[in-house]
Formats: sequence, C-alpha cells, structure tokens
Amino acid sequence: MVKINGAELEIAGKTLAEYLAGTKYDPKRIAVERNGGIVPKAKYAETVLCDGDSIEIVSFVGGG
Amino acid sequence: MIPTKEQWIKALTDRHGEELQNAFSSAKVAVCGLGGIGSNIAILLARTGIGRLILIDFDRVDITNLHRQQYKASQIGMYKTDVLADNLREIAPYIELESHTERITEDNAAELLQGADIICEAFDDAETKAMLTDIVLSELPDKYLVAASGMAGMGAANSIRTRRITNRFYLCGDEISDVGDGIGLVAPRVALCAAHQAHTVLRIIAKKLEV
Repeated sequence: MVKINGAELEIAGKTLAEYLAGTKYDPKRIAVERNGGIVPKAKYAETVLCDGDSIEIVSFVGGG
Repeated sequence: MIPTKEQWIKALTDRHGEELQNAFSSAKVAVCGLGGIGSNIAILLARTGIGRLILIDFDRVDITNLHRQQYKASQIGMYKTDVLADNLREIAPYIELESHTERITEDNAAELLQGADIICEAFDDAETKAMLTDIVLSELPDKYLVAASGMAGMGAANSIRTRRITNRFYLCGDEISDVGDGIGLVAPRVALCAAHQAHTVLRIIAKKLEV
C-alpha cells in the first residue's frame, strides 16, 4: 500500500508520473513530498512508488 | 533625526535580547516577489532587524497594487525593488539590501538565491510558486524555503496556517483559496499569510523548527 495524502492506495509499482496522470493534479502546480524529502519534478517519471511509501502532494493556488 | 547604527542595534537588542538579535542580524533572507505577501514580509523582517534582505521582482508599482501592497501612491510606476528599498530604509536605516530587478526563472533562480540562508516564496502565480519550490528543494538543499499558497478572498483569518512539509520546506496559507476563482485579495488576509511566513523565518533563525 502507498499512502497518499492520508489515503491508502494499491499503486505500488507505478511511477509517480503514471499515478499523477490518472488524477486531477496539474504537475506544474504541485510539490510532492515522499518519506520526508521532496521529489524533484525531473524525477517524477523515474520514481517508482513502493509499498510503505508515505506521500504528500501539495497543491499551489494563485494569489500573493 | 535618524538614530545612529549603535542606537538602532541597542534598541533591537533591548527588545529581543542579545542572543536572538545577534542571530537576526547575521541572517540573510531572500524575498522572491514583492507583491502583497513579499512587500509585507520584507517590512516585518526589516523591523525585526534581519541583517540582509535579497529582494527580487521584475515589476513596477501599479495603482491596483495599493490596496494590499506596502507601497505609496507617489511610487506608482517605479520598480518595486527600488521603492521597497526606500521604504525599508526609512524603517531600518542600516539594513543591508541586495536588489535584483528581474524575473526569477528555472535558469537563474539557484544563482540569485545562493547568498540566502532562508528563501521566502511570495509570487502570485501558482506555476511559478511550484517552480521555485522545485528548484530550491532540489538544487539548494541546505536552504530553507517558506512558501505561500491560499490567502485570497474573505475566508476566516484562522484558516491561514503554517505547515512543515519537510525539514526544509514550510507552507503558509489555507492551501485552497485561489485568486483565480475571482475572490480577489484583501489586505489583512494577505498580511496574515505574510506574517506567518515572516514569523516562520524568525523561528527558523531561532532554531525553533517545529510549527
């Protein structure tokens, strides 16, 4: 199981890019934390999600 | 009359204590974007006696900025980097300022921010916020990032909060209220978010890293 923003999902083995492609997240407006570190955007396609991973996806909204 | 540097430092030290003020005086903080959040952060940090601020913005003051940004009607049309520096020096005459009147991009961000210990993300555009977050956390791993997301509209003041996402990455705002939803920005709520960011900077300097 992979935990994403608190939800346990059966997506171990997928890459982060594959997971994101099936969601409403816009990769240009997010930051992804995995097990305490940030996943660089350039590595979304090669980052394979593993059993036990804990991931938080932070979405940026406009305004400042 | 403008106080001497010694008087100024003494006034800050009397308020903050020597240990904390020495830490504030030695700190180097970058503010990326000098709009509603960034201009407020810069003023709060200058008042606190932060030693050096790096100010980055490509834009000029517009009449539509005055309802929430720390500029004056007489400064319309001028570069924000220039007039914010003037405003900051009126408050904190001995602060060290480094200004860059240019757009921060993926190509120049790491170089522009090299001299900072702590970086405040204060842009208005969501994609630019995400871009800077990516660059700082992947290319400048020894620095702290204090970013903002979600301070538009008339939502409750108490919904603005600070979260620690990683050891080096703090996020302030309600993370929901998008200016793109047409709800606009009002001065107090933007200032609340800026105050969260500025205070997070002070706490990092004071080695109080939890939120």
